Amino acid sequence: MSDYMEKLDHTINADDPTLGDTEIQNYTINFGPQHPAAHGVLRLVMELDGEIVERCDPHVGLLHRGTEKLIEYKTYLQALPYFDRLDYCSPLGMEHSYVLAVEKLLNLEVPLRAQYLRVFFAELTRICNHMLNLGSHVMDVGAMTPNLWLFEIREDCLNFFERASGARMHSAYFRPGGVHQDVPLKLLTDIADWLDTRLPRLFEDAISLVADNRIFKQRNVDIAIVSKEDALKWGFSGPMIRGSGIPWDIRKSQPYDVYDRMEFDVPVGTQFDCYDRFMVRVEEVRQSARIMKQCLNDMPEGPIASFDRKVVPPKRGEMKRSMEALIHHFKLYTEGFHVPAGEVYVATESPKGEFGVYLVADGSNKPYRCKIRPTAFSHLQSMDFQLKGHMLADVTAVLGAMDIVFGECDR
Amino acid sequence: MGHSAPRIATIDGIVGEIAGLLGPMLVETVDHADELSFTVVRGELANAMTLLCDGAHYQQLMEIAGVDYPDRPERFEICYHLLSVTRNHRIRVKVTTDEDHAVPTVTHIWPVAGWLEREVFDMYGVVFDGNTDLRRILTDYGFKGHPQRKDFPLTGYVELRYSEEDKRVVYEPVKLAQDFRSFDFMSPWEGAEYILPGDEKAHGEAPGAPAPAAAPVPKTTGKKSETGAGEPANTKAAEKSADAPSKPAAQTDQGKGAAKPEDKA
Repeated sequence: MSDYMEKLDHTINADDPTLGDTEIQNYTINFGPQHPAAHGVLRLVMELDGEIVERCDPHVGLLHRGTEKLIEYKTYLQALPYFDRLDYCSPLGMEHSYVLAVEKLLNLEVPLRAQYLRVFFAELTRICNHMLNLGSHVMDVGAMTPNLWLFEIREDCLNFFERASGARMHSAYFRPGGVHQDVPLKLLTDIADWLDTRLPRLFEDAISLVADNRIFKQRNVDIAIVSKEDALKWGFSGPMIRGSGIPWDIRKSQPYDVYDRMEFDVPVGTQFDCYDRFMVRVEEVRQSARIMKQCLNDMPEGPIASFDRKVVPPKRGEMKRSMEALIHHFKLYTEGFHVPAGEVYVATESPKGEFGVYLVADGSNKPYRCKIRPTAFSHLQSMDFQLKGHMLADVTAVLGAMDIVFGECDR
Repeated sequence: MGHSAPRIATIDGIVGEIAGLLGPMLVETVDHADELSFTVVRGELANAMTLLCDGAHYQQLMEIAGVDYPDRPERFEICYHLLSVTRNHRIRVKVTTDEDHAVPTVTHIWPVAGWLEREVFDMYGVVFDGNTDLRRILTDYGFKGHPQRKDFPLTGYVELRYSEEDKRVVYEPVKLAQDFRSFDFMSPWEGAEYILPGDEKAHGEAPGAPAPAAAPVPKTTGKKSETGAGEPANTKAAEKSADAPSKPAAQTDQGKGAAKPEDKA
């Protein structure tokens, strides 16, 4: 060290103060694959100039399980639970695209109550998903308390899913032709109470801690600004494209199930930064609660699945009493139903954005090809473009505002 | 009312508009389930996409999906799903290719195509001409093969485990604890093409099958060889049994009528 200082003393020149600086090379660091702020198994290879990110190369696929290949070997009904395991933070959002794709190929009409139930639980899924994302985003930039409060809400949501379907996360509740089973009235009244009391209290408390918080704003405002043109070119969807100021919501523009009967607003960002994306999600939670209340008011009584016995298996009680039902039950749970040849691309507004299923049927009881369009894949690809010139500490904020789950990204 | 999948309003004359825009680049138009598919000439893909993006306002590329049809001369179909947020419409653009022919990249129009093309390359081995970063993306570092091809087995070829001796993860050929089970539910009435056990006898075509059986004869049990009864024990018994059916009534009548006087006499 003393040698170095001695050397510097001789070279420092008042006219050119940087003359004695030794040349520093950029260095490359690995972020992940095991990193608490990576939201799963993400490996970012980043080239840094000091603390400035020069280049970011995300390596994905560490959670690749070959879901699409596996689905080609399963019947249409057996393929459904794989969708729960894609984006395990919003399982019903994934199922929604798949069942709609199958129904579109079959041109199957779904009873109204089933459509209401699907919309109702899809919105509960949205709340559940945003609780996790908003909480972890806040925690990634340094705040602990809101995350704990938001997890209270998430826990409530998971309990509701359990009471509806029997499973907390991997519900397999939406089925081609409707939903698996009807919900008890007590569950609906409990959720109605929860929407009026517990959800707003916990949620608004938690958000009030961060929405106007100086530190939170310093970490998010003006970070990773994405213009409208760039958002379109990079294939953004969901809160990411709305955060960039484009009022695009598939629930509004290409409504499915009973979304065309719902009144809700689509929030958009004004500054196109990470803070906007956060606030878009915050407002979406309020709008989701609004949609759920409308569902509770308007939901009619009636069947919860199509009566087409060549697609929807009869319930177990009926199967025990009717020979015809027994035959259908056996055939549909072993062979499954056959789907006429054709191809459809069905995309729904999952909590994270456009989740699409491109389904190619060849007339047999198994999909010929089932391509899953994850939201995270496009968003994560823009990491390099969004991060260039930002500080290393902003990486977690950008990642948090993207809302990435690797079950979905890697498939 | 039919299905409840996302309802997309059809645009009047959109097929004609796109056909006019693409001109000779367009090979085929399919309108199925309210979804439009346009197959274009492979070499002209980039030009066609530029026209669709700028001329027809399909601003977003949402997805690139590969599909493998091993029976076709050009086995791979690459499907681009385009979305117009201003016209609120979706279309699908397709090209066909095989292992040897590269597809022009569209990364200069949509940078999002970079990873989507990488995924198709990884899964199917289709090369994209002009994509500067065509690495594998979803599979393991150093993976061999293209797993979404129909001739790639579901189980793959290698499995890995942590070796306690080597203190590292080792790759080994895949060993299945039980046979891979694939149930075929296709019934023979619906045109199943496999040979059911026993069918090979009827046709006599199966390799190694025994000689074809003789033409079917109506089954009877009248022959001795089939009853298993064998030859009668002696000739006397045979004579009697041969006589018996011819005049049973006469015998009994004669017997009854003749015996009585004989006995009395």
